[in-house]
Amino acid sequence: MEHNTKDTGSVSYLDKTANGRGILAWILSTDHKRIGLLYAMVMFSFFAVAVSIGFTMRLALIEPGHKILSARTYDALFTIHGVIMIFIFIIPSIPAFLGNFFLPILIGAKDVAFPRLNLLSWYIFVIGAVLAVVSLFTGGGPIDTGWTFYVPYSIQTGTNVTLAAFSVFLIGFSSMLTGINFITTIHRYRAPGMKWFRMPLFAWSLYATGWVQILATPVIAITLLLIIAGRMFGIYLFDPASGGDPLLYQHLFWMYSHPAVYIMILPAMGVVTEIIPTFSKKPIFGYTAIAMSSLAIAFFGSLVWGHHMFTSGMSQTAKWLFSLLTFIVAVPSGVKVFNWVASLYGGSIELEPPLLFTFAFIFLFSIGGFTGLIQGALAVDVQVHDTYFIVGHLHYVMFGGTAFALFAGIHYWFPKMFGKMYNKNVARLALLVMFIGFNTLYFPMFVLGWEGMPRRSYDYLPQFHTGQLISIVGSWILVPGLIIMFTNLIYALFKGEKTPANPWGGVTLEWKISSPPPRENFEEIPVITSRPYVFGAEAEHE
Amino acid sequence: MNDMAADVREQADTTGGKLGMWLFIFSEIMFFGMLFLLYAVYRTRHAAAFHAAAQNMDTAIGTLNTAILLTSSLFMALSVHATQEGRKRLTEIFLSITIVLGISFLVIKSFEWLAHFHHGLYPGSVVLSRLGKGEIMFFGLYYVMTGLHGVHVFIGVAVLTIMLVLIHTGKIDKTKFAALENAGLYWHLVDIIWIFLFPLFYLIK
Repeated sequence: MEHNTKDTGSVSYLDKTANGRGILAWILSTDHKRIGLLYAMVMFSFFAVAVSIGFTMRLALIEPGHKILSARTYDALFTIHGVIMIFIFIIPSIPAFLGNFFLPILIGAKDVAFPRLNLLSWYIFVIGAVLAVVSLFTGGGPIDTGWTFYVPYSIQTGTNVTLAAFSVFLIGFSSMLTGINFITTIHRYRAPGMKWFRMPLFAWSLYATGWVQILATPVIAITLLLIIAGRMFGIYLFDPASGGDPLLYQHLFWMYSHPAVYIMILPAMGVVTEIIPTFSKKPIFGYTAIAMSSLAIAFFGSLVWGHHMFTSGMSQTAKWLFSLLTFIVAVPSGVKVFNWVASLYGGSIELEPPLLFTFAFIFLFSIGGFTGLIQGALAVDVQVHDTYFIVGHLHYVMFGGTAFALFAGIHYWFPKMFGKMYNKNVARLALLVMFIGFNTLYFPMFVLGWEGMPRRSYDYLPQFHTGQLISIVGSWILVPGLIIMFTNLIYALFKGEKTPANPWGGVTLEWKISSPPPRENFEEIPVITSRPYVFGAEAEHE
Repeated sequence: MNDMAADVREQADTTGGKLGMWLFIFSEIMFFGMLFLLYAVYRTRHAAAFHAAAQNMDTAIGTLNTAILLTSSLFMALSVHATQEGRKRLTEIFLSITIVLGISFLVIKSFEWLAHFHHGLYPGSVVLSRLGKGEIMFFGLYYVMTGLHGVHVFIGVAVLTIMLVLIHTGKIDKTKFAALENAGLYWHLVDIIWIFLFPLFYLIK
């Protein structure tokens, strides 16, 4: 094995003798690869909790009128589920874990621009996550405002909103620092010859994401601080009684939280863009279009927040403008989907697990995207607003989109990260089970929502029983699928077969170094002479 | 050859560090920008009330604080320049003056707040609640915006104090002054935000 050689340049980042033993060698490490894995550990622990909460909420709705959970408990559960999934799982998921691990390698750098700041970001993230847990057991107990913290209820409720909001503030700060780190890394640390249009597209997507993290996150930071100011000091800037306007809160909140959707989905799109060329053994189709569409999504995505507020009260002009912009964002997203499909056309496709996960992503994300357009249409939105339709849509985009792309990325890069291979057939089985479970769980929600089932309700009318039941059965299929997948990966972590440095035949930089990667990634910084994704005969021509 | 590579790397680090600082400043602008947005909306809605509430502000104190902060920015710039010239003692003096001016700003600001409190103009007070909605909003914005600005000045003073220690111990000198420059950028940002706060609360009457 390569990483057993004495040459210090190729000592693996996992090597215990070279990096020191014990937990301190991890939690004090400034190695971007180790920090990436630190994020993964925290994220997935919280993910497990939030999945359990989601599962419980589904189960509690098994029969109408029974009210297994009290309204208060149900409110608290969907709030915690949302806060964990959005702020602690999905937002950091791909950038902080896979991005941290692979961005420097993909652009031929030894680390990110600010390694110590990177570690600090992780600590801020962990403190935020821990405070979020503490907020459940202190003060007035678990918050029941929904993850949106809408005023006036978030000011009036006796639950522990102050601490929870502060924890989200910290997590946001961490996310913003990561954005600063990535943007600087991409600007300053690309390998010689790696021009902007020679960067792998995952790096492009992280670049677009980074700008959103830097420019949008401060908006939620100040919004949350204003809630805290309202609760702690009585300076309540959204109170109509003191000249304020609660609608402005919603504007500020969505000015961050809509772009945050693109913090979630852009890196996911980047991951699948890396996977597709490797398994169709063809250069990506429309490289420039994909790179530019990332920037376009980040730009237009920052201007559409108002579509969350069509029923809140807005001028007619603002409504149609936000609606129009919403439809415009769909264009660059469509550009990506068409380019992915075109990249597969005529390729020699290998149906390995990462590509199968990618197919699932494209399918689920497309459904999520199209249902998003339905909500973006003004007249229709009045019908579906605040119903299960939204719940279905957001799960198709965030879970079916981001989380499936994250799983695809993990299956793609697992052999690189750990030098071991999981059982591919079990991975395929897990995907099949998850895919069936996912659609059984979330698709009925579109129908339920269309028929008028309101979201965030702890009880429902008997007419919705069938739909709810199908959806609940879906959760019984989805969760075992997740368990199979994670068991397979964790087993491989310890007992997996050793795998060569480039098991998939990939051509981007990470496949040119040993597995697991050496501590400093490259013994010698590579010199880049061509665009990425050049395979076989073409590579010799270059 | 190795040394040259190290030099290039050092150069890149300095530029990278400055780029990172600018990105951070962009985020700060968005942070305060949202407060200015709220101010703009509420001022439009309660123009007369804002006008009336502003009569409670002491323009003289506001002007004094503006002068103090602007002067501190001058000394900040001078201390960066002095470092580049390699004049350690002078750098320390300039930076110390910057810090003292920063602290003076905070002291004056606290006395100003205390005076408002004394007149019963604090959030939730009886005096304030007898006034109109617009006046309450004016003071709400005033406390939030100058308060968060004050926090930034406080952080700035702390950062500059660390810089002073680093200069004293020789960690920052003629060859390595990127950290001081970045601290300076932050200080100027804090200054500029005040430049906008000053007219909005003290001058528009």
